[in-house]
Amino acid sequence: MKNVVIAAYVRSPFTLAYKGALAKVRPDELAAQVVKGLITKTGVDPELIEDLILGCAFPEAEQGFNMARLVTFLADLPRTVAGTTVNRFCGSSMQSIHMAAGAIQMNAGEAFICAGVESMSRVPMVGFNPMPHPELYKNYPQAYMGMGDTAENLAEKYQISREQQDTFAMESHKKASSAKEAGKFKDEIIPIDSGQGIVEEDGCIRPGTDMETLAGLKPAFDQNGSVTAGTSSPLTDGASATLICSEEFAKQHNLDILAKINAIAVSGCLPEIMGIGPVDSSNKALQRAGLNIEDMAVIELNEAFSSQSLAVLQDLKPDLNIVNIDGGAIALGHPLGATGSRITGKAAALLHRVEGKYALATQCIGGGQGIATVLERV
Amino acid sequence: MTDIKKVAVIGSGVMGSGIAAQVANAGIEVLLMDIVPEGSENRNAGADGAIAKLLKTKPAPLMHKRNVKLIHAGNLEDDLGQLSDCDWIIEVIVERLDIKQALYQKIQAHRKQDSIVSSNTSTLPLQMLTEGQSPEFNKDFMITHFFNPPRYMRLLEIVIGKDTDPKQEKRVREFVDIKLGKSIVDCNDTPGFIANRIGTYWLHAAVSSAVKQGIGVEEADAVLSRPAGVPKTGVFGLVDLVGLDLMPYLLKSFDDALADEDPFKALGEMPALVTTMIEDGYTGRKGKGGFYRLNSGSGAKIKEVIDLQSGSYSKARNPKVKAALSAKKGGLKTLLSHDSKEGKYAWDVLAGTLSYAASLVPEIADNIELVDRAMKLGYNWKKGPFELIDELGTDWFIEKLETKQLPVPKILSMADGRSFYREKHGQLQYLSVEGDYKDVQRPAGVLLLADVKRKSKRMFGNSQASVWDLGDGVACLEFHSKMNSLNPLIISVLSKANKVLPKQHFKGMVIYNEGTNFSVGANILMLLVAAKLHLGFAMRWILRQGQFTFRDMKYGSLPVVGAPSGMALGGGCEILLHCNALEAHAETYIGLVEAGVGIVPGWGGCKEMLLRGMNSKKLKKGPMPAVSNAFETLATAKVSTSAQEARDLLFLNETDGIVMNRDRVLASAKARVLSMSEDYVPAEPPIVKLPGETAIAALDLAIKGFAKTGMASPHDVTIAGELSKVLSGNGTDMKDVDMNDELDEDYILKLERDAIVHLSATKQTKARISHMLSKGKPLRN
Repeated sequence: MKNVVIAAYVRSPFTLAYKGALAKVRPDELAAQVVKGLITKTGVDPELIEDLILGCAFPEAEQGFNMARLVTFLADLPRTVAGTTVNRFCGSSMQSIHMAAGAIQMNAGEAFICAGVESMSRVPMVGFNPMPHPELYKNYPQAYMGMGDTAENLAEKYQISREQQDTFAMESHKKASSAKEAGKFKDEIIPIDSGQGIVEEDGCIRPGTDMETLAGLKPAFDQNGSVTAGTSSPLTDGASATLICSEEFAKQHNLDILAKINAIAVSGCLPEIMGIGPVDSSNKALQRAGLNIEDMAVIELNEAFSSQSLAVLQDLKPDLNIVNIDGGAIALGHPLGATGSRITGKAAALLHRVEGKYALATQCIGGGQGIATVLERV
Repeated sequence: MTDIKKVAVIGSGVMGSGIAAQVANAGIEVLLMDIVPEGSENRNAGADGAIAKLLKTKPAPLMHKRNVKLIHAGNLEDDLGQLSDCDWIIEVIVERLDIKQALYQKIQAHRKQDSIVSSNTSTLPLQMLTEGQSPEFNKDFMITHFFNPPRYMRLLEIVIGKDTDPKQEKRVREFVDIKLGKSIVDCNDTPGFIANRIGTYWLHAAVSSAVKQGIGVEEADAVLSRPAGVPKTGVFGLVDLVGLDLMPYLLKSFDDALADEDPFKALGEMPALVTTMIEDGYTGRKGKGGFYRLNSGSGAKIKEVIDLQSGSYSKARNPKVKAALSAKKGGLKTLLSHDSKEGKYAWDVLAGTLSYAASLVPEIADNIELVDRAMKLGYNWKKGPFELIDELGTDWFIEKLETKQLPVPKILSMADGRSFYREKHGQLQYLSVEGDYKDVQRPAGVLLLADVKRKSKRMFGNSQASVWDLGDGVACLEFHSKMNSLNPLIISVLSKANKVLPKQHFKGMVIYNEGTNFSVGANILMLLVAAKLHLGFAMRWILRQGQFTFRDMKYGSLPVVGAPSGMALGGGCEILLHCNALEAHAETYIGLVEAGVGIVPGWGGCKEMLLRGMNSKKLKKGPMPAVSNAFETLATAKVSTSAQEARDLLFLNETDGIVMNRDRVLASAKARVLSMSEDYVPAEPPIVKLPGETAIAALDLAIKGFAKTGMASPHDVTIAGELSKVLSGNGTDMKDVDMNDELDEDYILKLERDAIVHLSATKQTKARISHMLSKGKPLRN
């Protein structure tokens, strides 16, 4: 079977929804600029791309139609490049990588752009026309449960204290701000022309975040709960993209090889504790790769919430020093559809920095799912 | 219309920035300038800071946050060149003659030809300000004195110089009246003009007499507020509001400017206690507190009041003062004759103030009507000094003054038993300084219902509402119930108007009144009674009567224009939502606040908000946005803080008019009726599609979230649940609605009735209504 590799990873700056520098940029435009940036950065001949697979969690309004196809036009890709928009909520753009990997191994293409985008400023979470199935809502309300409530459920189930959650959030900001200061995001960020100027820096990271400030925040979802805005990933605008191709294609076209995709998995779990999803999906992917969590040199675990991340870490028990080395979504932001390809690309890139062998990228998904990818530096 | 397209305001203090905000509220570009602060990197720091503060100040100086974009910051060193773009330059800087005059030289060097310059001085006479300035400057110069806060105080005092060009005067008058919505009072060029001259005397007399006579602060406010038609803050509350530190400054300026024999000087110096309070930081509400303060030392905020003798604070008692109580029955005369120390105090302060005001005509103003208007609009008095004297009776007042061996002002003697105001052939007249009666003149284009009512007989009506003929084929429905609350009697008058006016060949109708508030809502007492007696059928009858009458009005053959000012809440909002157009006063506060009393809008308010959402270009398309938007507005009982904001909330349509000047609302509404009546074709009732049960599920998600975070109380959840049934189209007793079903308006109206009957049966809703009736504020249960 062919080896599938990640040849490149880029992203836009991630900025706060509504008040951030990208709030006025259409999501299709944002995704197109990032895709263009990926093409320029890799120098890959766009004629050779099979498909643009674009993840998006709320594909309506400006994220509607078949946004992926429209992005191929906006990014000046040849008309021969196809486009499909994929929705697996927060796992959307990791799913796009999985789809490309499957296609390559099926001999259904050699090179794919796997991207993701979400403008949470312009298409709110749940979209403009949420219309739940009334009977399902009545009989199984957790199918539509708000994400904050699921984070509270995990905090309770895993006995995660407010202080532990605050500490986790503070660490995330600390790691992200020192990475930013050290210029470690420079390589991955594609500057975006917002129409009002060039945006080239992340906007969600709060360098001075301390325990006192975090402790002062009121619970955001349950007045008797422990999850606050400070221990939740912020509403964010952003896009990311990876170039996924066969190993042979990469070598033939002198592309970098960040990592080989070793194994992939998705899993289901109870929707009311959707945040625990990464545990099963990671275990499945690791098993498929014939590896253990101890074999990992890098772990990118999406930080939807502090409590959710801490619950997953309790079960997976990895070396905490290798988790989210440059900070996670609590500090960087979580543009739903864009996060999957960010963390997968990031895990691949970090394998080189730490000179490790294996990496795991994993995330939880609303509705009760997990998704995971195991990577190997070759 | 106005040719003033850009205004400069120089001086970015509270008044300057407030004036700039009001200019921006009128949709006019404004340049706000100040000096370059020493050592500041930002050379516009003064104006920039003032602009930022405008967004935080309460009550809001801006009618809509976006208006701030019309205000541009500048400084007096780098940006004087920009004055050449401005049609009107308003100087609002420190009250120092030399500084003002030096600034005028700079303005003159940069302003464009034909631009207007005015000063907002409150103390310096025009004659002094223009001394030494060029004739070119003086012909374009006048005094325009705004009151604080400029958005809310309707008075603008104007002083026209002998050299002022009448053309420029006309431009300012038109702009101030129509664009800024102020009522202009012509003043003579005397110190403090009209309102502050009398107002400061009044405040000073009240404070110093209370100290001298050993009257408590609360007792003083009890006798000087409501019985005299003064806002309930009273005198001491008012001084706290404007700032104690303003007093010495005002007193000094009057002391310098007035002649020795002026009665103002007889009041003496400011009490020592006030000086000590200012030194200690007790400058009023902006400082640590004033005569009143809120002590939150023990956690809860406790209102405290100062003892004028000892200077120590103790808990406010809200005492029952006999003299004030006597005025409730017997009026002001009883208060001023009351045999108690508070009665004597009230006489000294009020009779002194009225007498002083009377002695100042014609010195400060050409006639008494100007003085009355200035005090009403600049100090929020219900009646002006001469109207108060009329209430006492001129004879009675003269006799009292004579008995006490006090001087009788000339104009009072001249009245010689006649009242200062009278009505003749339906025309309001005032006693002129020449001793004859002259007509009270309204500015061109102003139409007041009070004037119409004097001149005509009502067409029909009852004790709660009347219909008047405004002329030109336009009728006016006026509410005059308690607080203009709506009840079946008012609905019956509207119902009659719906039937009668087309037959009598009217062209249309305006719904308008001259109360403080257009309407505070439906009379909820009826609802409570019906609920307590389990009279579901009676409730349904009242609801149906309102719903169908409003519906008939909306689709009737004549255009109906609503013309609100002040609060238009609940039922008051619902009648407006059914009008074919609105001409709303800029200061209109609209909202559907039914949730506060435990129900949902039941006179078509839910239905109208759905329809507006469906027709709105602001909302996204699809089955849900109109439902979600109406749900959010109604469940949280949102009330607009201005007519401009009411547009965002969809209470006003884009085509509805906003009228800045309260006195021009009726004329605008009448004109709107006339323009609509040409080829008027009534609207067709729409076919409505609603999402059905899925919307209940979607909204329930939101409700649960609010409940969990503590933003919604248990009964809020119940009310929101009933509301979601109405808005989704899927009420409990109805069949399941499919999103493609075609529904009519009456279908939604039935859902409104059902929801109210269900909610009224709960003890929590009954408790909310009782609480609102007894305490005047919502209960959160």
